[in-house]
Amino acid sequence: MSNELFRACPESGLQFHKPAELLMRSNAVLAVVILLFGGVMALLVTLTRWPAVHLLPADRFYQMLTLHGVNMLIFWIITFEIALLYFCSSTLLRCRLATPKIAWLGFALMLTGIIVNNAAVLNGDASVMMTSYVPMPANPNFYLGLILFAVGALLGCFVFLGTLVIAKEEKTYEGSIPLVTFGALTACIIAVFTIASGAVILIPTYLWSIGYINNIDAAMYRLVWWALGHSSQQINVAAHVSVWYAIAAIVFGARPLSEKVSRTAFFLYIAFLQLASAHHLLVDPGLSSEWKIFNTSYAMYLAVLASMVHGLTVPGSIEVAQRAKGYTNGLFQWLRKAPWGNPVFSGMFLSLIGFGFIGGISGVVMGTEQINIIIHNTIYVPGHFHATVVIGTTLAFMSLTYFLIPTLFRKQVMLPGLARIQPYLFGGGMMVFTMAMMGAGTLGVQRRHFDMAFTDAVIGFDYPASAYTFMGIVGISGVAAVIGGAIYILVTVLSVFLGKPVGSESSYGFTTSTLMRAEPVAVPDGGHAAAGKWGFAAPGTFLLAIFFLAIFVLYYAVNWKYLASVWPMS
Amino acid sequence: MSAIQPPAETIWWKQPLDRVEGTWIGIALVWSLFMFFMMPIWHIYGKQNLSNEAYRTTPQAYMAKTQAMVNQYTIRTETAANLPVVRPPPGSDVYLLGRLWQWWPLLELEKGQSYRLHISSMDWQHGFSLQPVNINTQILPGYEMVMTITPDTAGDQTIICNEFCGLGHHNMTGKIYVVEGGQ
Ligand code: HEM
Ligand SMILES: [Cu+2]
Ligand SMILES: [Cu+2]
Repeated sequence: MSNELFRACPESGLQFHKPAELLMRSNAVLAVVILLFGGVMALLVTLTRWPAVHLLPADRFYQMLTLHGVNMLIFWIITFEIALLYFCSSTLLRCRLATPKIAWLGFALMLTGIIVNNAAVLNGDASVMMTSYVPMPANPNFYLGLILFAVGALLGCFVFLGTLVIAKEEKTYEGSIPLVTFGALTACIIAVFTIASGAVILIPTYLWSIGYINNIDAAMYRLVWWALGHSSQQINVAAHVSVWYAIAAIVFGARPLSEKVSRTAFFLYIAFLQLASAHHLLVDPGLSSEWKIFNTSYAMYLAVLASMVHGLTVPGSIEVAQRAKGYTNGLFQWLRKAPWGNPVFSGMFLSLIGFGFIGGISGVVMGTEQINIIIHNTIYVPGHFHATVVIGTTLAFMSLTYFLIPTLFRKQVMLPGLARIQPYLFGGGMMVFTMAMMGAGTLGVQRRHFDMAFTDAVIGFDYPASAYTFMGIVGISGVAAVIGGAIYILVTVLSVFLGKPVGSESSYGFTTSTLMRAEPVAVPDGGHAAAGKWGFAAPGTFLLAIFFLAIFVLYYAVNWKYLASVWPMS
Repeated sequence: MSAIQPPAETIWWKQPLDRVEGTWIGIALVWSLFMFFMMPIWHIYGKQNLSNEAYRTTPQAYMAKTQAMVNQYTIRTETAANLPVVRPPPGSDVYLLGRLWQWWPLLELEKGQSYRLHISSMDWQHGFSLQPVNINTQILPGYEMVMTITPDTAGDQTIICNEFCGLGHHNMTGKIYVVEGGQ
């Protein structure tokens, strides 16, 4: 193996395989371009749902909403994840990337798929939303684009797996793979399952759209489509939890509280992923309650348990690292003294809080079999998933980007002042946005709906004034979040294409003190508990977790109470 | 070693749990099980449960049943389109259909009485969303969903479509009037 193929990053200690580096850069840049495109649609859609503005006409609204959903949820996130898979395998294991040519083929297929799919929607005859529920027909290229993209992503997964095999054979590391790579492996395994489900449903649908198949059953479509649609969200969770662990390691030198617990929690995601599609079908005809209950709870909420565990161990490991550095006063000095001006950290922490408190709690509540009756397809649902995929996944990826700019792209971060406020604007805006959507949804405002005033409907309906207020807040906070997103893209694009090369360590800007040269925290004699309280290594985190649980319990109870007030039905 | 490096102890699975982790896992597990058992418990003691009753059907067959009910129980027509308002007897089977882009027919039900409400779609997928009471279900072509409902509030309820069904989706509405018994 020739060493010319590798570049060591002196400051971070990372080692990049050059062919892998180019692939990571290309995937990341493509992802950001898609995010920009999807972000423009986000603005248009938000301005239309803001009742006082109501910007677009109906047909444009549905078209833009379709574009927004597909580009954001599928193309942006998965393209970034492919870059992440290469990073977690080749870079973290200091190993050459398996078959870069195949990786490039995957990249080309993904790019082609994106173009084909978007062109179909822009053409005007594929405004069917990302779910493309049959039997509503779409231009066949809509499905074809998705299939091409999925095949490309699948190749990326195989390259990742191949790289793990090479690293093992060439002994580029000792012992087990790092936790973050393990998380990426989880994401990859789920991705393979997801893409297989996607093939099972999208290929027949494509054949149906070009006339080779007569009929696709609507209920069967939903069942299999959501095996794709929801499992892909499990990819995101596994990916962004890995990013949380990675950032805790990068910024604090934090080590997992225990490898065993964190890895088992990742494993639970894999074990129960195939059950996930159920919570989209809770009010569908033709499925039994037993099936719904078992599956919507992912077998007694064991996957939820996994997320609750990560939610404790990530901040817990940060607390332990901070305490080891001497921030031992009281319960929260470790948190107060965290680098809140460093977007790598602040973005990650807001991602964790928003994902857990808003996305997590709302997801479990609305995924309860009976409670779903008062929430299904209301705008509560996009409220929930913007907390998971936007605050959780997207914001985590954004914060990682501020670390990748100096290390992977070897450029200084431009406009550091703007970069510093970006996570707050984007994350804060989205927190308000998601909660306002949930408020409106609780009042029965619908998702994917052009006109809550029913101006042209034969039979009208008046929502209460509070519903309009909530949708106004959705509009305002949505615009704030869009500005936050725009700053991210501005900073990233300027830095990557026009930024000054990184020369010395001091030119890293705010990431100076944060690179993983920071030694991992050592375990003192007698364990970490000595630096904590009550025999807990991370008492502050524990208190936060209890606070989280209290809100969870309260909100869960409130929703049962609300359900009890609707008409009896059986 | 940190989370981006291989674990320091090669036999990491023998490393003991920290107390904070063990405690939290215990609490979280209890809560998870509690939430799980809430669902079957609500099936026994709660009043809001969707039935599992559903049948395969065809748009033609379903239309025929709906039309028969409309012919028998229409009490008046409304709006410029002369939409029938149907008042079926309490306890009976009531048929509602969704199609591009209306819910048909309009219904008038008695407060406090139970009805077997059937719903199906004539074409694409639709969403049955009854407002302001806020009951939402998914309606699929080829499937006839049956649920027993007992309206316990008098007044107008509007049916809104909440599954995207094309350009007229936001105009797809219907009505359920709930009147006091004897009126
Ligand atoms: C500033 C950022 C964003 C804003 C203001 C925004 C706003 C919106 C709005 C207003 C809707 C329409 C809700 C409805 O009428 O049903 C929507 C839908 C959606 N958004 Fe976003 N969004 C943003 C970012 C994102 C990101 C980053 C993702 C994914 C990673 C995303 C994924 C989706 C999806 C999947 C839908 C549903 C589309 C559908 O119903 O088919 N959004 N968004
Ligand atoms: Cu409809
Ligand atoms: Cu509709």
